[in-house]
Amino acid sequence: MTAALLAGLAQVLVVAAGAPLLVGVVRTLKARLVGRRGPSPWQPYADLRKLLGKDAVVSTTTSWVFRATPYVLAATMLVTALVVPVLVAHPPLAFAGNIILVMYLFMLGTFFLALAGLDAGSAFGGMGSSREVAVAALAEPTIIVAVFALALRAETLSLGGVVERFGRDPLLAVNPSHLLAFAAFFIVMLAETGRLPVDNPATHLELTMIHEAMVLEYSGRYLALVEWAGAMKLFVFMTLLANLFVPAGVPSLAEPVPLLLGLLALAGKLAVLATALAVVETAVAKLRLFRVPELLAGSFALALLSVTAVFLLR
Amino acid sequence: MAALAYTLAAALGLAAVALGVGGMFGWTWTLAVSWLVPLGGLELALDPLGGFFVALVGAMAVPASVYAMGYAHGSRRGVLAYLVFVGAMAVVPLAANVMTFAIAWELMSLASYFLVLHEREARESADAAWAYAVMTHVGLACLLAGMLLLATWTGSVRFADWRLAAPGLAGPARSLAFALLALGFAGKAGVIPLHVWLPLAHPAAPSHVSALMSGVMIKLGVYGLIRVALDWLGGGPPWWGVAVLLAGAVSAVLGVLYALVDHDLKRLLAFHSIENVGIILIGLGAGMLYHGAGLETLALLGLAAALYHTVNHAAFKVLLFLGAGAVVQATGTRDMERMGGLVKRMPWTAACFLVGSAAIAALPPLNGFVSEWLTFVALLQSAAIARPAINLAFAAGIAGLALTSGLAMACFVKAYGITFLALPRSDAAAGAREAGTAMRAGMLVLALACVALGLGPTVVLPALERVAAPLLGLPAPPPRALGDWLTVNVSGGFASLSTLAIAAALGLALVAPLLGLALAGAGSRRRLYETWGCGRLLQTARMEYTATAFSNPFKRVFDFLYRPVKRLDIEFHPESRFFVQRIEWTNPTRSIFEDWLYRPVLDGLHWAARRARAIQSGSANLYLAYILAALLVLLVLA
Repeated sequence: MTAALLAGLAQVLVVAAGAPLLVGVVRTLKARLVGRRGPSPWQPYADLRKLLGKDAVVSTTTSWVFRATPYVLAATMLVTALVVPVLVAHPPLAFAGNIILVMYLFMLGTFFLALAGLDAGSAFGGMGSSREVAVAALAEPTIIVAVFALALRAETLSLGGVVERFGRDPLLAVNPSHLLAFAAFFIVMLAETGRLPVDNPATHLELTMIHEAMVLEYSGRYLALVEWAGAMKLFVFMTLLANLFVPAGVPSLAEPVPLLLGLLALAGKLAVLATALAVVETAVAKLRLFRVPELLAGSFALALLSVTAVFLLR
Repeated sequence: MAALAYTLAAALGLAAVALGVGGMFGWTWTLAVSWLVPLGGLELALDPLGGFFVALVGAMAVPASVYAMGYAHGSRRGVLAYLVFVGAMAVVPLAANVMTFAIAWELMSLASYFLVLHEREARESADAAWAYAVMTHVGLACLLAGMLLLATWTGSVRFADWRLAAPGLAGPARSLAFALLALGFAGKAGVIPLHVWLPLAHPAAPSHVSALMSGVMIKLGVYGLIRVALDWLGGGPPWWGVAVLLAGAVSAVLGVLYALVDHDLKRLLAFHSIENVGIILIGLGAGMLYHGAGLETLALLGLAAALYHTVNHAAFKVLLFLGAGAVVQATGTRDMERMGGLVKRMPWTAACFLVGSAAIAALPPLNGFVSEWLTFVALLQSAAIARPAINLAFAAGIAGLALTSGLAMACFVKAYGITFLALPRSDAAAGAREAGTAMRAGMLVLALACVALGLGPTVVLPALERVAAPLLGLPAPPPRALGDWLTVNVSGGFASLSTLAIAAALGLALVAPLLGLALAGAGSRRRLYETWGCGRLLQTARMEYTATAFSNPFKRVFDFLYRPVKRLDIEFHPESRFFVQRIEWTNPTRSIFEDWLYRPVLDGLHWAARRARAIQSGSANLYLAYILAALLVLLVLA
């Protein structure tokens, strides 16, 4: 019991502390790919420290919803870190829900963030909120259907169960359905975490941005929390992608040695995914906002094909 | 007088809860008064399913009646109609023969018709009541046709006899009866495309009545569907289940899509009722399909999920309608574009509405999440049925449900953000006052109910399974062992859920960063300043994002459904075209169901009526000749 709790604590620490590094690594890689030196991968920590030291400027138009949102957002991400198999297959809160819970926790965060975007009464915030919820809503079916494809073949909906099933039987993963679901999930990850080609995390040009427009009014420690939560969302999504589809190296036991090995395996997998993300973000241009639904419809088609493949190939 | 009547309605609600809960836990009771009405007399019977719906009617009538004491203006007619409405709704699930059912059903419809018509002078109200009356009676005609067919075939008007005789009926006969009855009940439940009356009628009624119509009355359509499909006819071929499942998925997705582009607060909520009935039907359809395949524990899960969502939707929809009523009373408008900033002026209503919004958007750990989770888990086990066509119907249900929940979240960001947040968009909104004590009490109770239903699935689910089990031929305490008080385990470890643990973890995770930041000595100072505005001088409500703008991405993505029309009306200055006096831009959407389904039917009716006018000359002699001719023809035929 204590071992499991400690493993859970370790997971939260890894997600909370590792998330800014992941964002920094992607930024550095992107800079290198276009021939710049770029900032150090540790730069996000410095940014967060700077923001935490500053005063928060809060609009007089806003209500308590605006001030509560950064905490709610951070809380939802911290809870997902207790549910998703990051270091161990069965983290302590895994019994409380499954992938559906994780997706709905993300939605809880999006709901509050979008409300906060409207709260300041600026057109930018409203524009960002409207676009963010549109993307989130259209991404939702893909996630659930892609997970359905996995759950069908693992015969369980529990994340730990999926990880163990595919870990025990690696050949099960060599299957068209698996690849299709992976591709669908990857596209959804780009959309949900606000990466290119859906949203550009580096821009501050109002007319093209989604997420950045929504959080425009935040400053000081509030902005630090929002940025940190955004980094954690990327971390958790990538971890899901890494551990669900390539479960090798995720230990079932919450012992120190397997945990360390699990951490190393995770770091390796995330490094590969971060490189892939950086390459994708360098290679593609941002889509027009009204072309994004086509991309998401494409990812949904992939997910649906994946499920169909399961039914037809069994 | 009005206060007394509403107290009476609340007492009636409490009695209904007591009776219904008794029925759910196995207390049976019958009442037959054979001389009171013709064709079988009055007959009432209490069983677990009926008890569940009686308890639901009662449980929602109590807060709505308390709210009404502070809200309704109390014309004598309206109060009387309200009492009849609540009473009739409580009797419908108890009706045990055709006549009793028809009387209760029609009383319920008529009472709500009068309530919809409460502003008789308003054109909109009259139109809404007319559409409601027509649709509800078309539905009644379908119901009576189905019931009379069953009565003829089984030789009895008592529902209990149908139960025994139905397995002996021929397949096509059963399917015909199912189709007629399901159409009638689906019309009352607001299933698309039979939904056209709902977004007209529900907003037109006073808010406490809208709440009961949306939260409870349409659920009696769901009650009827469950009765027909699983009780009277005892299950049927797979296409029944597939039809219910797909009708549910279509209603869910289209209901929420129509809600997204509607900026009338109460009509938006009415469209969400269509969506939620769709979600309930997805669960019910899954249950019917599993039942047909002999997978009774999965059928139990699907049915329990449907019943759970029935309770949950009642709780949050009544809450939201009561909140909308408070807002409408305070601002004098239903148009969201004229609201805003109410979170500071009506903090209680705003807090309750936020709980309701989060619950209907299925956000954890509230009640909407629990029932959607259960529905998902029921759908995700469809591999147990080894028929690819049915599996794909389930996949459509899964995708539809996922899209629905995402869109519902988006819609309630709009509904809450535009109505309650930012600056007031009109003087009326700026001068809004908080609702009175009775109204707040009604809303607060329901907000607490949403939280409790969210945190307590381990208590609620076994009770619902007791209701569902007899319908599936399972013994009353179902064989599946539920987890302890903390966790719901579904299908032997396939999935588990503990909203209590999630709530506790969320609570801790909320406090941890606060403490962490305080310990780390992060700047805790807050400077108040105006919203950043690119250097302009002052911020006004006209610079805010509007509900129309908010829903525009959806309008563009789903334009094949909305078929938006753009109208730009520019009035130029008489001296020069370079000066504009006034610009009016409207972007209304159209309903393809009204354009393509109802319009042709109405046109056909008009055409037939015009033709029939040819034989109506107005001459009494000619009419006498018609009567004589008809008599002769009949005599010859006889």
